[in-house]
Amino acid sequence: METIFRPYHPASGQRSDRSAGDRLRHRQKVREAIRNNIADIIAEESIIGKDNNRIVKVPIRGVKEYRFVYGENVPGVGQGGDGELQPGQTVGKGKEGAQGHQAGDQAGVDYYETEVSLDELVEVMFEDLELPDLDRKNLRQMEVERQFRHKGFRKKGIRVRLDKKRTARSRVKRKKASQRADVAALHGERFPFHKDDLRYHHTVTETRRESNAVVLCIMDTSGSMDTMKKYLARSFFFLLYRFLCTRYENVEIVFIAHHTEAQEVTEEEFFHKGESGGTFISSGYNKALEIIYERYHPGLWNVYAFHCSDGDNFESDNPAALKAATELARISNLFGYGEIKPLGAGYYGSSMIQFFSQIQEPNFQTVQIQRKEDIWPSFKTFLTKDRVRDDAA
Amino acid sequence: MAAAYTIEDLQEWNHRIIDLVQDLGLDPYPQEFEICDHEQMLSYMVYSGMPSHYSHWSYGKAYEKLKTLYDYGLSGLPYEMVINANPSIAYLMRDNTLALQVLTMAHVYGHNDFFKNNFTFRTIRSEFTIETFKAHANRVRHYVEDPSIGLEKVERILDAAHALSLQCRRNLSIRKPTEEEQKEAKLQDSKPPADPFQSVHRRKEWVSPDLAKIPVEPEEDILLFIRDHNPQLAEWEKDLLTMVHEQAQYFIPQIETKIMNEGWASFWHKRILEALDLPQSLKIEFLIRHTQVLSPIPGGLNPYHVGMKVWEDIEKRWSKPDPEEEKEYGPKKKNAREKLFEVREVERDSSFLRRYLTEGLIRELNLFEYKSRGNEKVISRVADEDSWQAIKDTLIQNVGTGTIPVIKIEDADYGNNRCLFLKHSHDGRDLQLEYAEKTLQYLRQLWAREVALETLINDKKSVLGFADDKLTIKPVH
Repeated sequence: METIFRPYHPASGQRSDRSAGDRLRHRQKVREAIRNNIADIIAEESIIGKDNNRIVKVPIRGVKEYRFVYGENVPGVGQGGDGELQPGQTVGKGKEGAQGHQAGDQAGVDYYETEVSLDELVEVMFEDLELPDLDRKNLRQMEVERQFRHKGFRKKGIRVRLDKKRTARSRVKRKKASQRADVAALHGERFPFHKDDLRYHHTVTETRRESNAVVLCIMDTSGSMDTMKKYLARSFFFLLYRFLCTRYENVEIVFIAHHTEAQEVTEEEFFHKGESGGTFISSGYNKALEIIYERYHPGLWNVYAFHCSDGDNFESDNPAALKAATELARISNLFGYGEIKPLGAGYYGSSMIQFFSQIQEPNFQTVQIQRKEDIWPSFKTFLTKDRVRDDAA
Repeated sequence: MAAAYTIEDLQEWNHRIIDLVQDLGLDPYPQEFEICDHEQMLSYMVYSGMPSHYSHWSYGKAYEKLKTLYDYGLSGLPYEMVINANPSIAYLMRDNTLALQVLTMAHVYGHNDFFKNNFTFRTIRSEFTIETFKAHANRVRHYVEDPSIGLEKVERILDAAHALSLQCRRNLSIRKPTEEEQKEAKLQDSKPPADPFQSVHRRKEWVSPDLAKIPVEPEEDILLFIRDHNPQLAEWEKDLLTMVHEQAQYFIPQIETKIMNEGWASFWHKRILEALDLPQSLKIEFLIRHTQVLSPIPGGLNPYHVGMKVWEDIEKRWSKPDPEEEKEYGPKKKNAREKLFEVREVERDSSFLRRYLTEGLIRELNLFEYKSRGNEKVISRVADEDSWQAIKDTLIQNVGTGTIPVIKIEDADYGNNRCLFLKHSHDGRDLQLEYAEKTLQYLRQLWAREVALETLINDKKSVLGFADDKLTIKPVH
């Protein structure tokens, strides 16, 4: 009986990473699963003000491998160590996956969590979103994307950019030329590639400059905005803020907090400071308008304004608020109003959504946020790429 | 760590092992050993040891899981990996010490002998194993690269097929009757028994059996049934289903004989290494490794340990028969060696344990039965006079394919609606409902019409139906 021993070749070990493709595909599926669960993740995790390296645990569904398996009520058999065992005694953990190479037939615990950093999560979240309806304005300032563009061919380059077709063609050229020079010598002989035959794509980096944009975050900080409402509003703005920081390098962000009066605040104050008092929504809008006309003229800037409030406005302020809102909607590319009405918050207080429905501007959008789970969908309504453009109609 | 031995050393040891293997009467396929590093070993483990295997994301997932466990030192790599093929292929990790390699090689011959001789493996053409898996890999790649099919569509079918692949016939050595034979048998069964007093008795009403029903008898090979009875499937889809089914069939014997197989290999590597007359330096390491592999896992069940104990018990009982036992059951007709080889050939885990796991052994192994309560295992029975039989029954229920619920297709035209009706043969164990729901969804996708599964949920007969992407659970009265 002959036994064959195949010795180890380090080269084959390094070259054949055979599971690479399957691993890549699996990771894509994990990413997909994260994206589908983002609303839940945001609802479960308080991500406000957390730093980028924080690890978020994300339960992965959708990449489980399902089969018909037995449930929990199934007894099993184990082996005791030394010593007497008693019925009723507890031993170890519950069902483990099968040991060894045949894991497929056991239910085990197929549910698993993956850990991603907040940064990574944010990146996945914002993949499909962008500031809608960005117009060309006179001054272009915002750097949007680096792009690689083909620009001719070079004889030197890196392997991945090798142009096989051109390389082959230049070899044929050289062959023909050398045959003409010496007909007899080369006939029928091998004619291998030479270093000079190699042709590479040449690429240049291009940065597209987009028009400049400013985003105004307006938040109601009046007394009626209780902790829960503030939390929802801040979560929303935090997402918006992270989105802008991730996707756009040069977007200006202005924070405005208002109760009966409005003032421009810093990022720190915006996210962490509490206020109280009555509510004049118009004050926030007027402050925004004032800032826009002063610093960000709509002729030169793309203006985006977002406002979060519980809609509990003083009756007397409503006409003023409506007027200011109309004005704001007219000059901005998008004006979003998010109304925070937690479930069970009672029927007191008015809703501005109905009142604002008088505004005819096509770029005015309203959403209602009732629960933590609503934050992400409402956020997406504002910023989805394929948002139906009402103004096109 | 550079290994302090060469291939020639291994070959030298291999010669000595083979001599012993032949002396002991083992009968393996020709063996091939491949030296690999730990990365390659991980890959082989993920792809069931096959040099070529079709790709699917689940293998990437398995790799990540294994690699994480390995990197964090939560689990070592197995010393050995053998595949059932002719010639058999085994992988040796190059970082292992010489003692470990010798141990591994001896162990591998045990598995190899088992593959060749156990009856459950008879249905596999082991000389084609490698080629079959390679052909599958090529075909899947071909479909993925086909612009009219592509990865997404192939993956959809594979995901669904994987979910159902183990729902197939388990005892492959019993030939599956053809449809004609099934009809014939059904017709025979329906005939009233011969009655010698026909003239006196009133004639019984004869109900003709429904031979037009599809399937004639309940069908266990779900993938094949769908392949043959869903006219909407394209050829490539049918091919994928066949492929996944074939691969599952390849693994069924290994699932069926896990404890026997590991026990058998351990039983023989111990004897081979004892007979090898190892130098002192190797001997001590062998003893340490052997004990590591074969020590019981408290709370768990180590198939190596349980398996080997049973084999050793058989050897003991047949070489020094117990006089009392002989008085009751008659003298033993075979000597120990003959008995061992007979058992190796004709049993599988369930029958092996039923016949040879004695009360004494159950006590010696300190087996107990547990029930899961939340995250904990709570002991429900310990090995004493009253409950050893119950423990044994539970164990037998949980080995081999016993862990896979028996679900059969009863009717492909349920309610005259082309609804696929399946029945779970409930044996006291409920299905995990979340998994059942998702698996039904896959079944629905492949069948392309409504599906329904009858099972018991908390002792109530219920039908899980899947239509229009929604699961319905209806109690049956």
